[in-house]
Amino acid sequence: MDLSFTPEEQQFRDEVRAFLDQNLPPAMRHKVLEGLHVPPEDTVEWQRILFRKGWGGPNWPTAFGGTGWDPVRQFIFEEECAAAGTPRLLPFGLKMVGPVIQRFGNAAQHARFLPRILSGEDWWCQGYSEPESGSDLASLRTLAVREGDHYVVNGQKTWITLAQHADWIFCLVRTDRTGKAQAGISFLLIDMKTPGVTVRPIVMLDGGHEVNEVWFEDVKVPVENLVGEENKGWTYAKFLLGHERANIAGIGGSKRELARLKRIASEERKHGRPLAEDPLFAARLAQVEIDLLALEITNLRVLSAEAEKRAPGPEASLLKIKGTEIQQALSELMFQAVGPYALPFRIEALSDGFAGPAVGPEYAAPLAATYCNMRKASIYGGSNEIQKNIITQMILGL
Amino acid sequence: MHFQLTEEQRALGEMVQRFLSKEYAFDARRKILRSPDGWSREIWTKLGEMGLLALQVPEEHGGMAPATVETLVTLGAMGRALVVEPYLSSAILGTAIVRALGSPAQREAILPAMATGERIAVPAHGEAGARFDLSRVATTARKGGAGFVLDGRKAVVLHAPAADLLLVTARTSGAEDAEAGLSVFAVPAGTRGLTLVPYPTIDGMRGADVVLASVEVPADALLGPEGGAFPALSAAQDLGVAALCAEAVGVLQATLDATTEYTRTRKQFGVPIARFQALQHRMADMLMNVEQARSMSYLAAMHAASEDVRERRRTVSAAKVIVGQACRYVGQQAVQLHGGMGVTDELSVSHCFKRLMAIELTLGDTEHHLERFIRESK
Repeated sequence: MDLSFTPEEQQFRDEVRAFLDQNLPPAMRHKVLEGLHVPPEDTVEWQRILFRKGWGGPNWPTAFGGTGWDPVRQFIFEEECAAAGTPRLLPFGLKMVGPVIQRFGNAAQHARFLPRILSGEDWWCQGYSEPESGSDLASLRTLAVREGDHYVVNGQKTWITLAQHADWIFCLVRTDRTGKAQAGISFLLIDMKTPGVTVRPIVMLDGGHEVNEVWFEDVKVPVENLVGEENKGWTYAKFLLGHERANIAGIGGSKRELARLKRIASEERKHGRPLAEDPLFAARLAQVEIDLLALEITNLRVLSAEAEKRAPGPEASLLKIKGTEIQQALSELMFQAVGPYALPFRIEALSDGFAGPAVGPEYAAPLAATYCNMRKASIYGGSNEIQKNIITQMILGL
Repeated sequence: MHFQLTEEQRALGEMVQRFLSKEYAFDARRKILRSPDGWSREIWTKLGEMGLLALQVPEEHGGMAPATVETLVTLGAMGRALVVEPYLSSAILGTAIVRALGSPAQREAILPAMATGERIAVPAHGEAGARFDLSRVATTARKGGAGFVLDGRKAVVLHAPAADLLLVTARTSGAEDAEAGLSVFAVPAGTRGLTLVPYPTIDGMRGADVVLASVEVPADALLGPEGGAFPALSAAQDLGVAALCAEAVGVLQATLDATTEYTRTRKQFGVPIARFQALQHRMADMLMNVEQARSMSYLAAMHAASEDVRERRRTVSAAKVIVGQACRYVGQQAVQLHGGMGVTDELSVSHCFKRLMAIELTLGDTEHHLERFIRESK
């Protein structure tokens, strides 16, 4: 047992840090660190910057143009990126459809799709949930009927994150309605420009446009866009979920937010003293910090098991639950820290370069909206209750 | 960075676990608890023979220190079996204090005998009103007689009735809460003026309040520099907290295992109660508490002997917070999920519950360590 990073890992961290110092545009960094709106161009531009360095696929094997980093290096990279304030890399291509195409796609699909994910040319989105299929995903009803060399797709997907910017969507569709629900699902790649695809925004409680409904009306999808075998999509989806959850603890991001919370708490005043020195507030803040420290070690334990070539297992559910609880606790303490100045809600002030009259401290503007936004964390990616079901079944064997 | 055990470490853990599951099963343990002394000299001697009492004793005195991971593994197994012998008090805390403060001659006189189990030495530090404040000591030692004269009262000295030697903290100078001015004296059991008020503790261990009325000790009873014992006491305490965290993880795992096993076999409404989601999610929460506690027990073990005192205190306190909260949560839920059987003396769960409760209160409770974490983070 040795909990310190090796000299090689430490050197790797220094290398990442130096690269970020030199290559992360200050304007991007500012938006991320202040919790302001990060426009899609920034997300794409950051992917391109990394791609030029050869780091476009931090979690991909070298055979597909990735870095080939082990789980510990991926963790270090994510942690340093979060601390520096880089835009978040889009998970839909890199962490979701990419690994599925690599594992279950054919050579033509490898050549066609993977390079464009690395270079930031294609923006992907995830078409899983439907209005009647949330936690019970396998009950999905979007239908794909084979007609010659095409599938004809009809149905509705919902909660599609950033579909308004997407070039492609990967979908779970029903190709067989006869047997068990899980056995009739296929994994289909659909060009968002195909006639019959409609994107409708869903405005969220923070006023933001982050998710969408995507409608399919007689959408013709070439058969070569089927990944793997017909009716095996559920297997691929489960493989994907394991990858999606592997880094869902969000340790790096929470460390950054904790530092921001501490800055705010040292600026704010209570009884004329810094809020950070208030015993009640300090205790709540310390509790989150300690929970985060414990989760970091738990995360490293999971990574270390992964490095021994064990696939991300049900432990990922624990990381998801605790990770999102911490993210939510941080966002909660942050808006509480600014007191009444959490209430003014000017959407324009959430974008960089807002020049209107100042209301309260600058850092207060996005905090309530962020708190509202973060309520999603315990719901997406398999709600925390579903994760507890997984823990009971897979770890406790009940 | 890795969390694997070496072959030897794994083998050690298995050996201790095998020994305890054979010699320290539920009924055997109950018999020990009900014996007049409340602990087993025979078990203690065997622990010594297995080398387990020597883990914190330096090599030059017949031991294996620092055996960080070995200690972690051993305490985990002891927690699982709810061992009541004075392992934490003597093999960890007492050993660490003598090791840090004793002169070579004092160390050689005390430590080899502790390593074999012939001698038991426990700290007598805490006092009423001091709560968990390590520097608040009212017991005094003044020069007199052939060396020093000690006066005061020590509160809840764990395993004092079993000890051959009490390591008494007394103030030789300074204000009542000053770190400077604290000294440690090795006071043999039976010394004139030393009175024990013995009692069992809620978790089945033994302890005593220790009254010191003009206790005369020779000059060479002083361990370490006069008035300069605080850094060593603080380091020993942190080593003890790390050990306690490791023990706690063993108890926690045993408690969770007992609960999943019970809910799998107990039937109501025609099905095992483990089928009910209200109970399943409670057990998932228990598991998360256990795993977070396990993570922190590793971190505490690795930092308990750190040169960086602030970092040591901060990390150890963070661990005790997570572990203490896990003890409270897992203990309470385990009893609840056992239903009426959980509140009887018949099943292991209530014994685990009481040990978890005691661990949370030992060497600083959750609030104490949360406060210390905040202080050391500034």
